[in-house]
Amino acid sequence: MANAASRPRARRAPRVIAGLFASALAALSLSMASPAMADEVALDEYDFRIFGIVELADEPIEDVRLVITGNGYEVDVETDAEGRWAVGVPEKGDYDVTLDEDTLPEGIAVIDEEDETPNVREVTVGQSGSTVANFFIGQGERNTTSYLDQVLDRIFNGLNFGLLLALAAIGLSLIFGTTGLSNFAHAELVTFGGLMTLLFGVFLDVPIWLAIPIALVLSAGFGWLNDAALWKPLRKKGVGLIPLMIVSIGLSLAVRYVFQYFIGGGTSQLPGATGSGGSIGFFGLTWIDVGSMALSVVVLVGVAYFLLRTRIGKATRAVSDNPALAAASGIDVDRVIRIVWVMSGALAGLSGILWAYFRPGVSWDMGFQILLLTFAAVTLGGLGTAFGALVGSLVVGMFVEVSTLWIPSDMKYVGALVILIIVLLIRPQGILGRKERIG
Amino acid sequence: MSSSVGAQGAPIKSTGLHIGEPAPGVKKVDPIIVADGITRQFGGLMAVDVEHLEIPRGAITALIGPNGAGKTTLFNLLTGFDKPDSGTWTFDGESISGVPAFRVARKGQVRTFQLTKALGLLTVLDNMKLGAKGQSGESLSRAVFPWFWKKEEEAIEARAMELLARFKLDAKKDDYAASLSGGQRKLLEMARALMSEPTLVMLDEPMAGVNPALTQSLLDHILNLKIEGMTVLFVEHDMHMVRHIADWVVVMAEGKVVAEGDPHEVMANPAVIDAYLGSHHDQDLGDLDTAVVEAIKELADDDADDKQ
Amino acid sequence: MIDWLLLLSNAAQEIISPTTAAYALAALGLAIHFGFTGLLNFGQAGFMALGAYGFAIATLTFGLPVWGAILFGIAASIVFALILGVPTLRLRADYLAIVTIAAAEILRLLLTTNQFEPVTGSANGLQGYKGGFAALNPIPDGQYGFGPWVYNAYDWWVRLFGWTLVVLAALITWRLMKSPWGRVIKGIREDEDAVRALGKNVYFYKMQSLVIGGVFGSLAGMIFILPRAVVPSNYQTSLTFFIYAILLLGGAATVLGPIVGSVIFWVLLSFFSGFVARAVEAGWLPFMSSVQAGQLRFILVGAAIMLIVIYRPQGIFGNKKELAFVK
Ligand SMILES: Nc1ncnc2c1ncn2[C@@H]1O[C@H](COP(=O)(O)OP(=O)(O)OP(=O)(O)O)[C@@H](O)[C@H]1O
Ligand SMILES: [Mg+2]
Repeated sequence: MANAASRPRARRAPRVIAGLFASALAALSLSMASPAMADEVALDEYDFRIFGIVELADEPIEDVRLVITGNGYEVDVETDAEGRWAVGVPEKGDYDVTLDEDTLPEGIAVIDEEDETPNVREVTVGQSGSTVANFFIGQGERNTTSYLDQVLDRIFNGLNFGLLLALAAIGLSLIFGTTGLSNFAHAELVTFGGLMTLLFGVFLDVPIWLAIPIALVLSAGFGWLNDAALWKPLRKKGVGLIPLMIVSIGLSLAVRYVFQYFIGGGTSQLPGATGSGGSIGFFGLTWIDVGSMALSVVVLVGVAYFLLRTRIGKATRAVSDNPALAAASGIDVDRVIRIVWVMSGALAGLSGILWAYFRPGVSWDMGFQILLLTFAAVTLGGLGTAFGALVGSLVVGMFVEVSTLWIPSDMKYVGALVILIIVLLIRPQGILGRKERIG
Repeated sequence: MSSSVGAQGAPIKSTGLHIGEPAPGVKKVDPIIVADGITRQFGGLMAVDVEHLEIPRGAITALIGPNGAGKTTLFNLLTGFDKPDSGTWTFDGESISGVPAFRVARKGQVRTFQLTKALGLLTVLDNMKLGAKGQSGESLSRAVFPWFWKKEEEAIEARAMELLARFKLDAKKDDYAASLSGGQRKLLEMARALMSEPTLVMLDEPMAGVNPALTQSLLDHILNLKIEGMTVLFVEHDMHMVRHIADWVVVMAEGKVVAEGDPHEVMANPAVIDAYLGSHHDQDLGDLDTAVVEAIKELADDDADDKQ
Repeated sequence: MIDWLLLLSNAAQEIISPTTAAYALAALGLAIHFGFTGLLNFGQAGFMALGAYGFAIATLTFGLPVWGAILFGIAASIVFALILGVPTLRLRADYLAIVTIAAAEILRLLLTTNQFEPVTGSANGLQGYKGGFAALNPIPDGQYGFGPWVYNAYDWWVRLFGWTLVVLAALITWRLMKSPWGRVIKGIREDEDAVRALGKNVYFYKMQSLVIGGVFGSLAGMIFILPRAVVPSNYQTSLTFFIYAILLLGGAATVLGPIVGSVIFWVLLSFFSGFVARAVEAGWLPFMSSVQAGQLRFILVGAAIMLIVIYRPQGIFGNKKELAFVK
């Protein structure tokens, strides 16, 4: 890759992976190639290939350098955002794949007690014309921890993930309840929170304790803007619910690529997101995990208080229940909807910030990555019920994380989506939902 | 229409429908629907709780009761659109409990909806044609080969036009149903239901929202159905209409059948008045009570008219 | 300086390109689902992936001949339609949307994972399945055509095959929608309870619609991979959204709409992307990098979807009369 030598450090500035994009662009003239393609070198040149994936504790790592040598040929390649790489090689035979340990995150090395040079793999390209060399770093270590510890570790992770998912899901659910809109652009509200924190906390060097509140206020404003500029006029125009849903898909696509337009296709880290984030010495939890969970719980309790105890919260539930009746009984439906949008914007923004610490990293499509899970959570809980969304999120989050004990981590979302389909089969109205009226 | 109207301009009523004293759940000479122990709960609310009910064949039966009495819910249950918590019922002597809605309709028990369901972006004529039963062109394998169904289609179209003419909608045949007025949609929905040549027609508030000028013709249509040998069961709040055309009245309140009988006797039944007034004592629904009082006053007026 | 002739000729090529044909066919399938039946299928990318992978895997792994591979891809999409339809077609419309989008993602994740690498080729996908198809080519070797449309025998063969499928599918759709079957289907779109009350087995009709549109999607997936390789990242949710954009552009409840929509979409997109890319190179847009120029098209498609739905919901070919009632 052309820019490999001058690769800037992730913390300081957003990376524009120009080389990757130039090749992706070439592909775009024919197809809708995804921007997240495996990082590939010399695939077109040669008929034979070696490829693989580099993961650290089940998470892909980007920009790890690998050198492939053999048969008088040498080539190097870097992993993409999904940890993938692929190279073309000129002939069949044995090759050495060497992982450059200097390009791993600090303090990480490939460890294998039975192998003196664990970062070198010998592979053979045989009849099939291709072969795989995967590095799953951290697996060797994990096997030494007890099964119970692993389970507890996954449960805490699942709880953390479920809670941050709930922040996004409740907003989605409240918007659905009060306006009937299935908002696919909710993902962009989530991304927006992460992006604003990145903008203030990293690019503008505002201290993080200040950057996050700023991002939240802006997220709330973004929610308000969504409603005021688009959805409210469309409601007034009397556009039907399904067209509205399709409008939200268009909006999602447009906004997502506007984000990419500005920050590029790479991933950037928020302060303290990686490295020695301060383990508290308890099931691999860090202070960031603990803080994230505590914050989620406090905010969720706040939302519950708002919905159950305050006047406007009760009005919100009334509008969710039956907008026509609520309007007839003197509730200012527009005001309620406005408040719901502002609140959903802020909640989604917070969810985005926590998601940026959980993944970790801020990227242009980070919200879109969990959009389906958010929908799954909302649907599981019962469309339009805030507490259902909370329950659904916890179920989804827990399931996604705990299921990685048994299924490969690159399939962990599959399980959650399968559960969604199964629950719909058994209980179509969701866990806490109600049936519709006919006639 | 003349044949349905008696000497003094009132329609001829069918009598002698029941066996024994008219009371809730009374036996009928020739019932078309027999329902037993039907209950349906929504949350804690018992929307329908009918111990025994028989609907007489070949007559016009009105199902009345205050708002929220469970009339529509009972319709939904009897037609397979909703599932009861318990209960069994038969149509034409055949058990249809648990049978899906489309099968119930195929057996000849066809309904309309309280909130009209005209198929907006289909033309009026297509709406009608859709009602016809057993069309071979509706099977996927034949649909692409018009010669299988052209003849049948022409026959259906002729019948549809005939019905449309009767309902004075023939001039609108090529318009989208969405362009019809609310009253016209009610007419269209009823005409469409008749396209399937049903034996029992169930109408949920056929008069609601229909302009008074159309009311009379709608009444005539319903009376005509009886003359053609169909059974009619309808829900209605308009008491004039009920006493004008119904041969039998079933009164529901809070999910239960509280009274049954000939329209005149039922209206005089204190249980009915109680039902209308009583059911709202504990609710604060503003002007609803006055509406109910109006209805009862209307009944009293009608009775006075009849006695003269 | 910008080579306008090149831009125009590139755009003109899209008129008959196999990609345009593939998108047209996929959009036609979606027209049956969404435009005519009212089914919110957000998993058309999944149907396309099944066609593409079904064809490639049947050829490479099972060694089936071309017709067998095509049948295999079709069968896969039918099974997928049944799996999607059985749980969701009884539920409210938006559930189908969520389940189809989820199912298509599940499929893509399964095709991408390293677990099934020997069969699916994981992230790198599959190639080398075109031999059988190329062998059936009746066109003798050589370059043919005029103007911008000069291709070799294989490229013409792909185009001929693709557009023949599109025309056949359009004819079938047109006949179906004029028949009593089509009337039931359109009735279901308007109000399925009303149709049920008239004695039609709504569930069964929806299932038929889902299968037919899905088979069209799977055939589209096969056309799509004839000029390129099978790569899982091509089958993301945004593929479905692009097909929706095409469908809405042409008119959702029309037969010609999806086809003309696809042509217009690709010609405009090619011209626009080409123009912006050249303009950036020529330094006309100093504030934009060539990478950013590539992203503009997605922004544009998103905005186009919104604007069409808001201002011209019946599409280019939709019935004007409908407009007043489209909700
Ligand atoms: N799907 C449902 N979910 C919850 N409650 C319902 C549902 N359907 C009906 N109900 C309740 O059941 C009761 C009976 O409703 P139903 O529609 O049968 O009344 P009705 O007699 O038809 O009234 P109206 O004359 O106003 O049409 C009402 O209290 C209503 O709120
Ligand atoms: Mg009712």
